[in-house]
Amino acid sequence: MKPRLAVLKFASCDGCQLSLLDAEDELLAIAGAVDIAYFPEASREYLDGPYDVTLIEGSVTTEHDRNRLRQIRQDTAMLVSIGACATAGGVQALKNFGNVDDFVSLVYATPDYISTLSTSTPISDHVRVDFELRGCPINKHQLVELIAALLVGRKPNIPTYSVCVECKARGNPCVMVAHGTPCLGPITQAGCGAICPAYNRGCYGCFGPSESPNTDSLESWWQSLGVGDDEWIRTLRTFNAGAPPFVEAGAKTEARR
Amino acid sequence: MAHIIDIDGLDGLIASLKAEFDVIGPIVRDGLIRYGPIGSVADLPRGWTDVQEGGSYRLEPGNTEALFGFVLGPDSGKTNLFPPRAPMWTYREGSFSATPDSTRPMAIIGLRACDLAAIAIQDEVLLNGPYVDSHYAARRSQLFIVAVNCTTFATNCFCTSMNTGPRLESGFDLGLTEVLDDHHFVVHVGSEAGASFLAGLDQRQATSDELAEADQLIDITANSITKRLDTTDIAQFLADNLESPRWSAIAERCLACTNCTAACPTCFCTSPVDTTDFDGSAARERVWDSCFSLDYSYMGGDPVRSSGSSRYRQWMTHKLGTWIEQFGTSGCVGCGRCITWCPVGIDITEEMAAMRAEVLAKEAR
Ligand code: SF4
Ligand code: SF4
Ligand code: SF4
Repeated sequence: MKPRLAVLKFASCDGCQLSLLDAEDELLAIAGAVDIAYFPEASREYLDGPYDVTLIEGSVTTEHDRNRLRQIRQDTAMLVSIGACATAGGVQALKNFGNVDDFVSLVYATPDYISTLSTSTPISDHVRVDFELRGCPINKHQLVELIAALLVGRKPNIPTYSVCVECKARGNPCVMVAHGTPCLGPITQAGCGAICPAYNRGCYGCFGPSESPNTDSLESWWQSLGVGDDEWIRTLRTFNAGAPPFVEAGAKTEARR
Repeated sequence: MAHIIDIDGLDGLIASLKAEFDVIGPIVRDGLIRYGPIGSVADLPRGWTDVQEGGSYRLEPGNTEALFGFVLGPDSGKTNLFPPRAPMWTYREGSFSATPDSTRPMAIIGLRACDLAAIAIQDEVLLNGPYVDSHYAARRSQLFIVAVNCTTFATNCFCTSMNTGPRLESGFDLGLTEVLDDHHFVVHVGSEAGASFLAGLDQRQATSDELAEADQLIDITANSITKRLDTTDIAQFLADNLESPRWSAIAERCLACTNCTAACPTCFCTSPVDTTDFDGSAARERVWDSCFSLDYSYMGGDPVRSSGSSRYRQWMTHKLGTWIEQFGTSGCVGCGRCITWCPVGIDITEEMAAMRAEVLAKEAR
């Protein structure tokens, strides 16, 4: 029997799930190798669990989602969280830095209708996660690699080193050294293929912190390039605002100001 | 004995090399000098120069018409001889087949003395040991080198400390010295292949005055280089200082980003990366790795070198110390690339000097 796959979402934009549909060259092969049992984004056929592998996109922002997640964990053998929302809380984790009631009263006409947690948190804060795929959005080649690896039971080739490694393998010049452009590559996990430096832009940190991010050192180098505290903090607080090394680095700078 | 060619002669050389080789040379791309395919002298970075500091590289218009008036970009011989990824083998339906290197013979124009020293070091590692890297061997055996004597230098150059430059000694097919007065090149022949290509060009014998003039330009370069690395008993010194507090001080700045190992023309560490496909086939690639990546020292459930200090220490002690025991030469040719291309400007010569100074200060106490 083919392994049963489920793909579902929490608080997120759907972009990461779409990466699976976007893997046009491999999609037929994947569909042939697994039984896509539950994937509302792609099919109206909803088959009940248990599943062998569940890919989860999105972060946990409501009590209802928190409970739903516990049920999903029970229904699946392997749980993989995909994307910056599921692995770090996503851009919506910006609410962790403010007061959620203030936001709600500003945004919604009838705040009473809104029932939300005060934080946006990654899947791994709530249940055991077997593997995480980073990125906003995830890289479809990494997703295909992950599925191919799971099918034969080998370790997926998903490196945790910095974007700089991919940047050099791609043959990019270093934009920080050659042009003085601030780049988050040295503290960001590889996975995107160093797209931004390939177009002469600094890395935005879409794949979250690398395996051993030296945020202090990069911060002082950015200062020498003319980047102020506000801009540094803003740069850390985007898609992976909730990732602990970025949270800590931002808090350090804030405390110093 | 040396010869003289002018710019048209160099153009003729490129044209005749093109018949037999993919010709690669310095070009301006993305605001810096890279090695890429060239078709004629017009592709060379005429009039450009590079200004380098720790963590900074800027291409600027020079004040001459020199074709080789710059020093070094991030690329070296390694860029083309030992590229970041190479296919090793594939597996399909029960059988493995090795993937041979498929590149055409290459001619590289513009390599410097330190680059040739680096190629000699990679030869020692990749060709002369018990395990020959067949891809490197294939590219290396068909390589034609037109090297260039350095008549200018960058702040991060310290080849004079490593005895690798700026003068070309060996390891080239043709060696050029660019002379701007009456713009011409003094050509030294380094191989039979070089001699036969030269014979087909419009050239003449160099006079002793012309030779002396070219030689003097290289001497001036050598004497102008001020960056130093003290190599006295360096392997022993590093072995004696594995617990130096300096390693942690460096680790406070080091990003473990691997830019130094990527830019270094002698660094050769790779990892095999195996993939499987949905149709049951599999493949292995040889991919650059680095002593700065955690996974590279992953053994028995944990990385052996988890701290930043242990990773930088591994790099520097190998490069400058244990390499000598292992391969008979230093692993450093003094090109300064790791200093320029370190995004936070960590300088291997400064770190070495600081460590020596700390030891001297301790002894004086
Ligand atoms: S451009 Fe950015 S990612 Fe690339 S090497 Fe430089 S710092 Fe690293
Ligand atoms: S260690 Fe640095 S200076 Fe020495 S050869 Fe490597 S890149 Fe060049
Ligand atoms: S020494 Fe510089 S280039 Fe090398 S890993 Fe550290 S920060 Fe990166």
